Amino acid sequence: MPINDWFKQRETRRYTVTSGASSDGLPDGVWRRCPECKRTLYQGEVARTLSVCPHCGHHFELIARDRIEALADEGSFVEADAGVTSGDPLRFCAAKPYTESLEKARASSGLAEAVVTGRATIEGLPVAIGAMDFRFVGASMGSAVGEKVARLFELALAERRAVVLIIASGGARMQEGVLSLMQMAKTAAAAERFSAGGLPFVSILVHPTFGGVTASFAVLADVIFAEPGATVGFAGPRLVEQTIRRSLPKGFQSAESLVEHGMIDDVVPRGELRERVTTVLAYLMHRAPAAPAAFSEGEV
Amino acid sequence: MARFVMEFERPLVELEEKLADLKKIDLAAMPDLAAEITDLENEVERLRQTMYQALSPWEKVQVSRHPERPKTPDYLEQLFTDVVELRGDRAFGDDEAIVTALATLGDRRVMVIGHRKGRTTKENVKRNFGSPHPEGFRKAERAMRLAAKFRLPVVTFLDTAGAAPGLEDEERGQAWAIANCLATLSALPVPVVVVAIGEGGSGGALAIGFGDRLIMLENAYYSVISPEMCAVILYKDAARAAESAAALSLTAQDLLGLGIADEIVAEPLGGAHRDAEAVVAAAGERIAAALAELGGLDAAALVERRYERLRAIGEFVEATGT
Ligand SMILES: [Zn+2]
Repeated sequence: MPINDWFKQRETRRYTVTSGASSDGLPDGVWRRCPECKRTLYQGEVARTLSVCPHCGHHFELIARDRIEALADEGSFVEADAGVTSGDPLRFCAAKPYTESLEKARASSGLAEAVVTGRATIEGLPVAIGAMDFRFVGASMGSAVGEKVARLFELALAERRAVVLIIASGGARMQEGVLSLMQMAKTAAAAERFSAGGLPFVSILVHPTFGGVTASFAVLADVIFAEPGATVGFAGPRLVEQTIRRSLPKGFQSAESLVEHGMIDDVVPRGELRERVTTVLAYLMHRAPAAPAAFSEGEV
Repeated sequence: MARFVMEFERPLVELEEKLADLKKIDLAAMPDLAAEITDLENEVERLRQTMYQALSPWEKVQVSRHPERPKTPDYLEQLFTDVVELRGDRAFGDDEAIVTALATLGDRRVMVIGHRKGRTTKENVKRNFGSPHPEGFRKAERAMRLAAKFRLPVVTFLDTAGAAPGLEDEERGQAWAIANCLATLSALPVPVVVVAIGEGGSGGALAIGFGDRLIMLENAYYSVISPEMCAVILYKDAARAAESAAALSLTAQDLLGLGIADEIVAEPLGGAHRDAEAVVAAAGERIAAALAELGGLDAAALVERRYERLRAIGEFVEATGT
């Protein structure tokens, strides 16, 4: 199941960012074409709408820091564990060395690891927040990601913060072998311990979320939302297709179908996420509701 | 009975067959043959030793999948008494790819949870070759909760190629079922002894595959991905599984070295199927010993210790000054 390839293809189709002198002659980084409605969009316009196409609502990929910025109170985010990064514990070298993939990921993303974590507030509520970045080895979970996620739950429990995670991932990081597999148990154990502390965990699943990340901390949240168009599952679609030996129904593993099957709470457009998360956290952290609007004269 | 021959064994099996044919000949009629037979016997023995004593990771994976290898039902039958199988997930159905049972090991009452491969094709079809559906994991989680409530130690047997990757498995929440097992298992207030007896395929194995003690059979494997699938991703060629198997650090010896496995149960030359009863008995002794050791810890200490064990797994780099 070349799941990474499958996503690579899909990524290219869905999230092409026009850079350099592209075939349609658009200047570098200023214009981008919506893969859904095919319209050409001005970059500045897209940035104002949280990278959602203003014409058709297509959600472009967002980098981890932008996802955190979009949810947290302005200027409130302080990164934690920024120095934690992957080693090469198994000296993995098959096809190409793991160290090469890591160097490439670091150079192209400017990130130290596939997840960015830290402290922030959302409408004043204290949160431990993290976002995964698909550009970094497919946002796969190796020892460093597992460690950062586990630490995030631990600091949240110690400081009585809610946990908010924006999740995308190709799954466990193959290049760290069985150590990656065990990160599923490690992160699930940390999430479980956090949960016993009576604090809320909200996860937001974005495109794509698969394998060992879905089947560990991602779905252990108290409330799970997904972005429109996100594909979420355990087994990759190609493997499922091979298993059942027929083509997959339309919308299989889509965020919308997960709602139908009772697996997540709702599909929430990016522009409404902050408000929805705030409301949920306020309920679960017992914050007083906002003052109701005053009744106007004569109304019952 | 036709013997199941693993690919790498073929040269040895051919020699063994040749030897058997020679032995059928009447030696009185051909006196020179005796010396030739002795030579061949020596050759067969030499090959047997060199082949089986240095199995490669990929060869071990093949041994772990051997159809005659002792499976969870063999352990249940040979080691445990008073077995009461508990069936169903109370939500959708009963998945036979996982067995959960109240059982007694010596004088100790426990909860057994194991992947259940079949011994015949018919059984295997019913049990989906030991690859659980979400119902199987939900049944396992139900058994874990029962064990916690009634303070029964848990003994799990791992033997699966992985969780079932079908359309309905996805629709019924395979990832959710596995994740919930992981969370529940991590906080169980009773001893958890895990025995890897064959295949340890990915999340489907892990769902019942960590605890306070991990005992691995010599030729069992435990891996984040199957060597074949890994080869397809890395080389676009499933036939290069041997290279992937070597790179993935999936053998019992690898896991012992990484501090994930605690001990290894030796297998006879050629694999556990060569003397199933002895291997099952040896594993039973190790399970009993582990339960005796862990029995002295109180619930809080057990849960804390298990958490620390998990937290210690993984190697990463941490830059100072941040
Ligand atoms: Zn559009």
